[in-house]
Amino acid sequence: MDHTAGRPVDPRVIDAMVPYGKSFYVNPSSIHSFGQEARKALEEARAKVAELINTERKESIIFTSGATESDNMAIKGVAYRNKDRGTHIITSSIEHMSVLNPCKFLATNGFKVTFLPVDQYGFVDLESLGKELTDETILVSIMYANGEIGTIQPIKEISQIVHSKNAYLHVDATAANGQVPIDVKNEGIDLLTISSNDMYGPTGVGALYIKEGARIEPIIHGGGQERGLRSGTENVPSIVGFGKAAEIAKKEMHTEIERLGKLRDKLIKGLLDSIPYSFLNGHPTKRLPNNVAVRYSFIEGESMLLNLDMMGVAASSGSACTAKTLEPSHVLRAIGLKHEEAHGSLLFTLGKQNTEEEVDYVISVMPDIVKRLRAMSPLTPKELRE
Amino acid sequence: MMYSEKVMEQFRNPRNMGEIPDADGVGTVGNPVCGDMMTIYIKVKDTHIDDIKFKTFGCGAAIATSSMITELAKGKTLEEAMKITRANVADELGGLPPIKMHCSNLAADALHAAIEDYYKKQKSDKEAKK
Repeated sequence: MDHTAGRPVDPRVIDAMVPYGKSFYVNPSSIHSFGQEARKALEEARAKVAELINTERKESIIFTSGATESDNMAIKGVAYRNKDRGTHIITSSIEHMSVLNPCKFLATNGFKVTFLPVDQYGFVDLESLGKELTDETILVSIMYANGEIGTIQPIKEISQIVHSKNAYLHVDATAANGQVPIDVKNEGIDLLTISSNDMYGPTGVGALYIKEGARIEPIIHGGGQERGLRSGTENVPSIVGFGKAAEIAKKEMHTEIERLGKLRDKLIKGLLDSIPYSFLNGHPTKRLPNNVAVRYSFIEGESMLLNLDMMGVAASSGSACTAKTLEPSHVLRAIGLKHEEAHGSLLFTLGKQNTEEEVDYVISVMPDIVKRLRAMSPLTPKELRE
Repeated sequence: MMYSEKVMEQFRNPRNMGEIPDADGVGTVGNPVCGDMMTIYIKVKDTHIDDIKFKTFGCGAAIATSSMITELAKGKTLEEAMKITRANVADELGGLPPIKMHCSNLAADALHAAIEDYYKKQKSDKEAKK
């Protein structure tokens, strides 16, 4: 139940990729018929990705090496191209590092960046957004949903505020694409980061949707592929796989949302009801259908993960000790959790393979794990020690 | 797995976990903000550690090092126990991941704090008798 870290590629995606994998050396820019066949596959994949996010204009999809590159391209690309209009950028304090770090980089290169606060559920403070937005603001970058706490932002409302001024709205949809329907037209999104692996496609490929007319500078210069916006020979087999994954996601999303949503709610209830001093991270209903983020007082995340692993369950944690840095997750800190509360967090991300039996199993093993670690903890209050 | 089999074995089956209500010395190091906190309780007989127990809030390494130090210190004289270092604990566990060496390898410090607490109590007891 650790689908955020990596998802198994759908076998149907692999089947679609195999013919192109065998002829991966074919360059879609070649004039000969092999090259033209690769070009055709590339454009079909582009149309499928476009369809997933509801745009008829497939030229708006620029293929990249993944979400990190798409985020960098959106943020630096808009910044460089529009600095004659203004140098102010707004983002939130719970964005992924691939948004936060390009913004921090720009802040050291002549741009001014505002990091908006979020409330206890992780919703961006719309009032602050309205206040911070000026004629100098060229870009607002807000994620569609947060993978660590599951919270889905009110993108349409955010878009209306952003567009009351002359700024672009970039949305990082990495945690949300393929999980929930995204409609760039209806929701008023100017740039959208899309990841392939997060919808069971191959890793190493993603896309940036750029609305027609949006002014953006490439960050990778070269032979002019992808309408000059992203040079480098396209990775045809991976893009074909990405297209297939988008097609499957569109077709199966609605039944999967219902199935996963039920499992999610059952797991949350089971993990909280049977254990005292347990809490939900994020919002109870406005959350991704696959996201179960909880925390337990008096114990630490990594030791819970190791115990779950011993019982055959893979999960993850926002805890410092599992990460490369010693600081607890910036997301959990931003929603107002104290260090010690953040340390006790546990994240389950459900996926296609997870069943109700597995959810029941996790619910059945968790109380003993928590009890065992609480018996060991000097922080546990007396009444829980019996 | 990031941890050695010895670490996992101590984590799975921690030795001497719990409290000693009438301990002769108690040492607490770390704090919950950092994600690791441990308390060591010792019972002293003559000059050696007769009984030792631990309570730990923290990651796998924190729990395994706590358990390990109780094994290393039990039965040793106070003088010998004072000489047990963080490095000894890590070595006995077959090594720790580099990032865990500082934050979670606090058990030796907690043991030393417990022994110092014992000495301090002895001293104040003596002074009280005077």
